[in-house]
Amino acid sequence: MTNLVEIRNLHVEATTDAGRRIEIIKGVDLDIAKGEIVALIGESGSGKTTIALSLMGYARRGCEITKGSLLVDGKDMARLSEKQRQQVRGTEVAYVPQSAAAAFNPSATIIDQVFEVTRIHKLMPPAQARLRAIELFRALSLPDAENIGNRYPHQVSGGQLQRLAAAMALIGDPKLMIFDEPTTALDVTTQIDVLKAFKSVMQQGGIAGVYVSHDLAVVAQIADRIVVLKDGEVQETGTTQDILQAPKHPYTRELLAAFEPRHFEFSGRKEAAATPLLRIEDVTSGYGQIQADGLPLIRAVRSVSFELEKGRNLGIIGESGCGKSTLARTISGMLPASAGRVLFDGQEMPPASKNRTRDQLQHMQIVFQSADTALNPAKPIEDILGRPLTFYHGMSAQDRSKRVDELLDMVHLPRNLRYRHPAELSGGQKQRVNFARALAAEPKLIICDEITSALDTVVATAIIELLKELQRELDLSYIFISHDLSVVEAICDEIVVMYHGEKVEQLTREGIKAPKHPYSKLLFSSVPKLDPAWLDNLVLEPELVRQYVG
Amino acid sequence: MKQTATTMSAHRFGYTFSPIGMIALAVILFWAFVAAFAPHLVPYSPGKIVDTDFFGPISSKFWLGSDYLGRDMLSRIIMGARYTLGVSLAGVLIATTSGVVLGMAAAVIGGWFDTLLSRFMDAMLSIPSKLFGLVVVAAVGSSLPALILTLAFIYTPGSFRFARALAVNVNTMDFVAVARIRGESTLYLVCAEILPNIIRPVLADFGIRFVFIVLLLSGLSFLGLGVQPPLADWGALVHENIQSLSYASAAVIAPSLAIASLTISVNLLIDNLPRKIRDRSA
Repeated sequence: MTNLVEIRNLHVEATTDAGRRIEIIKGVDLDIAKGEIVALIGESGSGKTTIALSLMGYARRGCEITKGSLLVDGKDMARLSEKQRQQVRGTEVAYVPQSAAAAFNPSATIIDQVFEVTRIHKLMPPAQARLRAIELFRALSLPDAENIGNRYPHQVSGGQLQRLAAAMALIGDPKLMIFDEPTTALDVTTQIDVLKAFKSVMQQGGIAGVYVSHDLAVVAQIADRIVVLKDGEVQETGTTQDILQAPKHPYTRELLAAFEPRHFEFSGRKEAAATPLLRIEDVTSGYGQIQADGLPLIRAVRSVSFELEKGRNLGIIGESGCGKSTLARTISGMLPASAGRVLFDGQEMPPASKNRTRDQLQHMQIVFQSADTALNPAKPIEDILGRPLTFYHGMSAQDRSKRVDELLDMVHLPRNLRYRHPAELSGGQKQRVNFARALAAEPKLIICDEITSALDTVVATAIIELLKELQRELDLSYIFISHDLSVVEAICDEIVVMYHGEKVEQLTREGIKAPKHPYSKLLFSSVPKLDPAWLDNLVLEPELVRQYVG
Repeated sequence: MKQTATTMSAHRFGYTFSPIGMIALAVILFWAFVAAFAPHLVPYSPGKIVDTDFFGPISSKFWLGSDYLGRDMLSRIIMGARYTLGVSLAGVLIATTSGVVLGMAAAVIGGWFDTLLSRFMDAMLSIPSKLFGLVVVAAVGSSLPALILTLAFIYTPGSFRFARALAVNVNTMDFVAVARIRGESTLYLVCAEILPNIIRPVLADFGIRFVFIVLLLSGLSFLGLGVQPPLADWGALVHENIQSLSYASAAVIAPSLAIASLTISVNLLIDNLPRKIRDRSA
């Protein structure tokens, strides 16, 4: 039996803005048997999406397939004419994009877009295509399969839309499906349904698949084989079991190590201080017009209270829209609280940051998720780090320069980076600079809002290590906001679970294994594990899912 | 000398410049040079009647012929460059500076300040520019300062809209939020965080606005509302010598060509600016 896909010595080159040509895929070989799902895994920039797209004979703008053969079902996608490729796309090879929300046309009903493929390729009459689509909706366990297609894309949830995008790809009866990070943008509780649906349709139809992801745990659930990529080269190939249990390549081990439960020393210090460092009482805040009761129309945070003691860390966890970032903005005063009190170091803080004293602002710093937008692109790093030094400590040029060096040392960045602009740094480096700027103020508390979410697993792990190290040295406290339980678990002494603007539960590190609130139970059990059998064995109480998964 | 100036500036920025952009820059620099050294360049006193004939033809004595009173046309165009360029430059400087400062302030401060200012600017945009010029001249008469202020006043709202739109985008960035909760003043936010990120498109807009002002000034002068005799900018020169159109004299063509060459060059320069300068907004 020959393989469905045979890639031999694939080279892809890209032209940079400066007109320089760089090789982004450097001689990749890849085989996919009929009905087999192969995962491409690697960090951003490793070329995983480029390889997947090349299977459709497509290279993104500025990229070009320069060498090698790409046999898909006996046809070399690299040699076909554009017209012949169009014949193959949609009928033999189909694509499921990362963001289904961006892939659907918002002004047409879903079903019209789902069977568009059959119209373009004249595969079947519309009435039949409609029936086929409904069949697929049912196979993907979408609710109300008969009528969901008549809705518009904004009328279904993100997880449902992602499954509808899969239906769109499946309707042409492809032999090969390409999934490009299809669940990355979804919450963990929604991800489960989507993964289950994908797995079952692929198995039933005996369709081969390429699953592009950076998340090893997700890939473990769905793939038969895993290909580990780095810098446009294959590092390691093996069955899912082999890769997970006996990784050979150091990079694969590094990826796996990021999943190991980390053994950090926890300060454990619980000074019997009279006043906690931060204490918030019944804080409510939100957006929109102020109503008659003095509260805003949309309350993103409702009556949340907690305490944080000095030298300890608090994690706030929840899914998108639960109000965790709004809570961070409220504590920092960017969004003044409508009700409740924020006490810092025993002192009541004015709700709005503009009414707080310089001293109060200095001791509480916030670090944002996206380092791309958090650093002024027009300024070199030394100016970015130097400003809080001048502003809070009134340092002279000489002292400032020395301190910038020290700060760069602290976050383990080379000192000569100070002359660069943010655009000349990598994502991880930017996040370190972002963090160094908060340190420059010499704060007591740093609020970290999803600071590792945009980073690759290995880079994120390094950032967490850094945070722990700095905590030991500088006597800091962190509030760590994330949707990723493993990150929060790694660094926090206590964890607050938020749902729908409310605090549902507060857990200690020890208590994390046994959450009491049903939502916490659902959330914690939804986090994918490296065990390939995890998804198949997972049983969620349907009652719970109905109640909490939108 | 023109040539060295262009290649030098092209090299200094390290960008590749298209040939059309270079030619356009050369023309602009030529007119800037003429305007700066006008008194030293004129062959005759621009106000003096030197030719015995009116609308005299192009000759070796009078390179561009003579005007309706027999004054040397070349000298009048050289001196006219001063008024056209000078008044327009002053006008555009005031217009963009106030527009950009107010635009950034509106974006950063927001709230009722933004609403009030934006609606006021919208109202100003609805006044036809030539009509407004007419009213001002009727009310206070035409003097150079009044002219500059009128031009600036007319073109401030456009600049405000442009700068505000750019600044609103930058204002939502996290680095501005960081600066704000650091406790920085509005002045610092505007100068250090916003301005460096919008300055390039603002400079491109500056050029386009300059062209608008040159054309409006020439238009007003042509209608007799702009620069008043005995002084004359290019528009006024066209106005004075419009009768010569039927004599095929250079007296009306030459100032028209001068206006066209300047405005087209500025437009071409902006269109051909290296991508890096023109498009970077954040």
